[in-house]
Amino acid sequence: MKNLAFTVLSIIGLVVVTHAGTPTADVIMEKSQAAFYYAGTDMRTKVLMELVTDGGKKRTRVLSMLRKNDSKNRNQKYFLYFHEPGDIRRTAFLVWKYPERDDDRWIFIPALNMVRRVAAKDSRSSFVGSDFTYEDISGRDLSADEHTLLREEKLDASACYVIQSIPKSAMDYTKKLSWIDETTFLPRKEEYYDAQNKLARLFVAERIDIVTLGTGAKQSYPTVTKRTMKDLKSGHRTEVTFLGVDYDMGLDDGVFTERSLANPPSKWVQ
Amino acid sequence: MGSVNSKLLAVLLSSGVVTSVHAEGRAIDVHGFLLGAAALHTTGERPVGGQGGDFVLGEGRLRLDLGGRTASGKGSFSVRGDLSLDAISSDLKVDVREAHAGLSAGPMDIRLGRQIVTWGVGDLLFIADVFPKDWDSFFSGRPAEYLKHGVDGFRMTYSSDIVGIDFLTIPVFTSDTLPSSKRFTIFDPFSALGNWVEEKPGTTMGNTELALRVFRRVGGADLSFYVYRGFSRSPAVRPDSFQTRFYPRLTVAGSSGQGNLLSGVLSMEVGHYDFGAERAVDEPFIPNSQWRFLVGYQCQLWGDSTLGIQAYEEALTFRALPAVNPHPDRYRTVLTSRLTQLLRYQVWKLGLFAAYSPTDHDYFLRPEVSYKMTDSLNLSFGANLFGGTAHTTYFGQFDKSDNVFFNVRFDF
Repeated sequence: MKNLAFTVLSIIGLVVVTHAGTPTADVIMEKSQAAFYYAGTDMRTKVLMELVTDGGKKRTRVLSMLRKNDSKNRNQKYFLYFHEPGDIRRTAFLVWKYPERDDDRWIFIPALNMVRRVAAKDSRSSFVGSDFTYEDISGRDLSADEHTLLREEKLDASACYVIQSIPKSAMDYTKKLSWIDETTFLPRKEEYYDAQNKLARLFVAERIDIVTLGTGAKQSYPTVTKRTMKDLKSGHRTEVTFLGVDYDMGLDDGVFTERSLANPPSKWVQ
Repeated sequence: MGSVNSKLLAVLLSSGVVTSVHAEGRAIDVHGFLLGAAALHTTGERPVGGQGGDFVLGEGRLRLDLGGRTASGKGSFSVRGDLSLDAISSDLKVDVREAHAGLSAGPMDIRLGRQIVTWGVGDLLFIADVFPKDWDSFFSGRPAEYLKHGVDGFRMTYSSDIVGIDFLTIPVFTSDTLPSSKRFTIFDPFSALGNWVEEKPGTTMGNTELALRVFRRVGGADLSFYVYRGFSRSPAVRPDSFQTRFYPRLTVAGSSGQGNLLSGVLSMEVGHYDFGAERAVDEPFIPNSQWRFLVGYQCQLWGDSTLGIQAYEEALTFRALPAVNPHPDRYRTVLTSRLTQLLRYQVWKLGLFAAYSPTDHDYFLRPEVSYKMTDSLNLSFGANLFGGTAHTTYFGQFDKSDNVFFNVRFDF
C-alpha cells in the first residue's frame, strides 16, 4: 500500500516536473533517498572504510554489506559482515529496519559463537567508530526535517538542486545543505552546520558509477562508489569505497536471519 | 583418555575437510594472535600452598585459527588452537579451543567436533547455558572468550520460519574449570579432610549428554525453550574415605526471551535445575534442585555508551539441606550492571562490570580499559575485585584474591 502511494507520488512528481519545470524540495529529497538508499530490490557490496586522523594515521575496516528491500513497504533488511581488522573479524550485524519504529538489531560475537540482540542505537551515533552515523548508512526519516529548495547550481559540471534541510527537533546539526544531482538524484555534497552556524561535517560523493545489469543494460543504477565524510572540527575523515556492487540478485529472505550471522552464505559474502 | 580420543577425532575429521578444501585449490584462511597476559594479586596475601608468589597469571599465548570452506560453501571446517607458555610454572601447553567440520544442506546445519556453544540471554549469569565455563581464566584476566570451553560432540540445527531446532549430543564430559587453589584463595569446606579424588563421568552411551533448544520469533521477540540431560559441571563432594569430588546428574528445563522495549533490549530467562537429589536417597551431598530466574535490560545512555542491568535469583526447592556447613541459603539474589563507554572513534573502551548479592552480602567488580593502538595491536588493563562480609560465599571467598591484569594482543 505504501509502495503504491510512493509510486503514485513519484508519478505525480514527474508530471509536475514535466509541466511545471522544477520539482518541490520534498519530491527531490524523496527521489534522492530512493536513489541512494533504496536502489534495486536488493544490493550487495564489499566496503572498504578508511578512518584517517588529522595527522594522516589510518585505520581500515573491510565489510560486506547485503541489503534487501521489502516489496510491500519501506522496510529493509541489512546484513553486515566484517572481514577486517582482526579483532572484529567474523563479527556480523543483522538489521531489520522499519522507518516508523525502532529497528530490530542482532550482533554475532564470533569468540563466543553467540547471537544477541542489541539496543537500537541512537541514530546519530557513529557507525563502527567512523565519521558516518547509523542514519548516514541506512537513511534518515524525511519527515524529520523541513526541506526547502534554495536554488539550482552547477557542481563540477553537474547541474544540482540545492536543498536546505532543518531538523524539526534538536539535533547535533542545525542545518544541512544538500547538492542533489538533477539527473541521478544522488547527493553530490552535503554540508552540516552546527549551532554556531559553522560548517561541522562535510559529505562529498567523490565518484558516481552507473552500475548496469546483464547484457542489453535493461536496468542501470547510478551508485556513489566513493564517498568521504569529514569532521571539520577534529580534522578526522572517513573514506568509503565500494569494491564491487551488484543489484537485483534475488537475495533470499533466509540470508537475513540469525542462521546467517553464525554461518554467512559464502555465495554472497567473500 | 577420552579427551585425547575426542581431540584426535576432531583433528582427523578437520584434516579430512582441510585436504578436500585444499584439493579444490581454495585458500585456507590463517589468522591468529599473540597474547601476553599477566595478573597480580593486590592484597599482598598469597594462597596457602600456592605457586607464583604474587602472580595469578603470567603467560604468552599464540593462537592459530585455520578455517576454510568448500567451493559450494556447503562444507566448512575450523581449527582454533593455542600454544601457551606459562611463565610461572614453565609449562608449555597446547590447548585445542575448537576443531570441527561442518556441512550445510537446505535448512540443516551440522557440525561435528570440538565447538563453543553459547545459549541464553544472561551476561555472566547462566541458566540455559549448560556448557562448560572456565572461571579460572576469567578471574585471572584472560580475554572474555576464554570464559567458555568447547564441547566435544555433534550439533545439528534446523532453521525455518516456523521453528528452529538446535540439538546437541555430547559423549565426552567436560567440567567447568574453577579457580585454582594454587592461584586463588578459595573456600573449601572439606579442606580439613585432606586430599581428594575426582570422579568424572566416563565416556559411555548412558553418560552421553543431550541438549535441545527450540526457538522462534514470537510477536517481535526471540523466544527459546531448552532441555538438557547430562551432568553438573561443578563438583559435589562425597566425604567418603577418598573425599570424592563427583559430578551429579543434572536435568535442566528452561526458557528465554529477548526483545525490544523502549529503544532498549529486554531479556528474560528461567530454568529449573534438577540434580536428581530426590531420587538418590543415599546421596545427601547432591545439591538441592533449584529454580533460576533472570531479568535484564540493556540500553544506550548517550553516544557510544551502553548500560546493562540484571536481576538474578536462585531458589532452592527443599527436601533437606545437604550436610554442608554453612548451609546454603534458600534464596540467592545477584544484581549486576555493566557500563561500557567507547571514546575517540572507538579507539578507547572503558568498561565496568559490577555484581552485588544482597543475600550473600558479597560483591565483584571488574573495571577494564582497552586501547587500540593500531588495527592490530590492543592493550588492556583491568582488575578483578572481590569482597564480602563472609568468606564462605561465592564472591566473598575470593576476597584475598583481588588482582589487576594486563593484556597485550597482536592480531594477524
